[in-house]
Amino acid sequence: MDATADNANAATDARAAPEQADALTQALAQPYRHGFVTEIESDSLPPGLDEGVIREISRRKREPEFLLRWRLAAFERWQKMEAPDWAYLRIDPVDFQALSYYSAPKSHKNGPKSIDEVDPKLLETYEKLGVPLHERARLAGVAVDAVFDSVSVGTTFREKLAEVGVIFCSFSHAVQNHPELIERYLGTVVPQGDNFYAALNSAVFSDGSFVYVPAGVRCPMELSSYFRINAANTGQFERTLIIAEPGSHVSYLEGCTAPQRDENQLHAAVVELVAHDDAFIKYSTVQNWYPGDENGRGGIYNFVTKRGLAAGRRSRIAWTQVETGSAITWKYPSVVLRGDESNGEFHSIAVSNHYQQADTGTKMIHLGKNTTSRIVSKGISAGHAQNSYRGLVRINPGAEGARNHTQCDSLLIGHHCGAHTFPYIESTRGDAVVEHEATTTRISEERLFYCQQRGLDAQEATALIVGGFCQAVLEELPMEFALEARSLLAVSLEGAVG
Amino acid sequence: MNDTQPILDVDALHVAIGEREILRGATLALRPGSLAVLMGANGSGKSTLGLALAGHPRYRVVGGAARLGGADLLAMSVEARARAGLFLSFQAPPDIPGVKNNLFIRTALNAVRESRGEAPLDAYDFLGQARAAGKSIGLPDSMLGRPVNDGFSGGERKRNELLQLALLKPKVAVLDEIDSGMDVDGVRAVVELITRLRAEGTAFLIVSHYLQMIESLSPDVVLRLADGRIAEQGGIALAHEIARTGYARAAQVVGV
Repeated sequence: MDATADNANAATDARAAPEQADALTQALAQPYRHGFVTEIESDSLPPGLDEGVIREISRRKREPEFLLRWRLAAFERWQKMEAPDWAYLRIDPVDFQALSYYSAPKSHKNGPKSIDEVDPKLLETYEKLGVPLHERARLAGVAVDAVFDSVSVGTTFREKLAEVGVIFCSFSHAVQNHPELIERYLGTVVPQGDNFYAALNSAVFSDGSFVYVPAGVRCPMELSSYFRINAANTGQFERTLIIAEPGSHVSYLEGCTAPQRDENQLHAAVVELVAHDDAFIKYSTVQNWYPGDENGRGGIYNFVTKRGLAAGRRSRIAWTQVETGSAITWKYPSVVLRGDESNGEFHSIAVSNHYQQADTGTKMIHLGKNTTSRIVSKGISAGHAQNSYRGLVRINPGAEGARNHTQCDSLLIGHHCGAHTFPYIESTRGDAVVEHEATTTRISEERLFYCQQRGLDAQEATALIVGGFCQAVLEELPMEFALEARSLLAVSLEGAVG
Repeated sequence: MNDTQPILDVDALHVAIGEREILRGATLALRPGSLAVLMGANGSGKSTLGLALAGHPRYRVVGGAARLGGADLLAMSVEARARAGLFLSFQAPPDIPGVKNNLFIRTALNAVRESRGEAPLDAYDFLGQARAAGKSIGLPDSMLGRPVNDGFSGGERKRNELLQLALLKPKVAVLDEIDSGMDVDGVRAVVELITRLRAEGTAFLIVSHYLQMIESLSPDVVLRLADGRIAEQGGIALAHEIARTGYARAAQVVGV
């Protein structure tokens, strides 16, 4: 089903594609922009991708043999794959040979040395978001150690987790120290050949997070990449794996609540979650990568594969995402409901302004008996942006008594943007209950005038109305994240009205 | 400015919607604490006057002037007019799903306070004031926690307008059929609130057809709008005459 509301207009929607392509190619061609925090800069590899590069990545990371073989198998599959073109996105072709595949955090040498060197416009945004001063510098890419001592924070944190047996470390660290867990779980939820970008990630992934929560343990704190030492700036190909043993409970927060000025880059991350019997994983994301400028130049291409396996009885997985950044977002956090009575949830806010494009949604795959899933999607489009919800609810033959409820709302701001809804329902059972509700609204002149008549300016009014529209999803976020997400929504939509 | 100067001064205002001119030289003045009742047949331009003064984008001022406290009202943005002390109650206030009423009103109140150089109210202080104001107009506390006008009945929406009026304490309030959809208690609350704010200096322009309420308000002047102008003005007797004889006859009297 296409377009509950479609304002896409080919004539008015034309954008400066050639310039963008040039800028992108140039920026993607820049080598040595990144280097590992723990390594020296010369460890970056020159642009290009072949088997030799993959062997070199694995060698430098001192990986066990199984992982090298796994990477190579993924590479072999990737070479036979084509980039997907089914999404409602205009994507300029990416030259994969122009990228450097061994690169992660921003190089200290090329990054700003102090806050004085940071783009004032960026600092202004941080101020609006209420990011503390020392944090602003870190987010802007000023060398971490020059800004504040994160080590002490991290150490306390790590000790507290170790007491209850929770492992929370970088993916590379886990490969060295817990190879048996990596070998057992890697690729079990998102197989190597799952899709073009997942295959590429499997071949070349640099680093990411690893979480292991032992049976019966309720993780004593929210795990946040904020606290993850040495991984604040993990690179273009992140890989995250979270394992929750029976009866355990963990909440993971990912993301950066202020924009990074990484321009014209490809991000192809993979996240795998495994929840065993009675385990619960809550995964929250606030994504605010650089969206490109008002004219659609620059910005991150964000192609992410996120999937959770509700593996056992009564396993629960909940995705919550607030997506305001990136030039292109292609992302479908999904849940495979294998265990009987398992539950999957997806709560999403996707904002696109100016020339941003978002094609995002979820997949709920019902395999077990009496499995339930709930989808709440809030898409907001402004400027010339295109925002699509794409969701699949599949009820397999064994999924007796499966139920799904989908609520999919779109909010349009202005007359040049578009909202699209592509819900796919594949049900093989007569007893399945699959409900889909969709609405499309506009920030109407009357609502805006009403707010303004009471003294709010157009921007305050828009922020208020958008916040109300997103309320149901914001409620799912941990408190402090919700506050930041709210300011982020306001900042992302600045200038959209009035 | 002393109290003998009008707080609102509308001079020969012409307002068009699209190509159609609705107001054709409307003139009126309100002093602080005064109350004018605006009557007129359906479509005579009563609502247009309020919306044009408030700055609705579809109501185009094509002639004349309007000053609020001596300042050029027509040169201000919609929110600047509100912050300068102009309040317009809506005939059909829109809903704002997901936005709690108390957040909405507090945000509005603080925007107005900020423009007056007053410190913002925190959630706690606001709630105390809002509850007290709500009680005086018969709006239960639970309305504060509900999304703005979402699922409110007609009467509840009107009471919610009153609540905002009570908290914003404007210099000039234009109330457009605030009594419609209200029960007897509601109308009584309207009269009480208006009387109280009037004593504090708020000037009122009340659009209403409801004679009993008009009487209880003891207006300083009753204005009859016809053909886009103030066709007639007088005391409460004019309201009585209109109620008795209707607008059609009144129109014949002045030969429109």
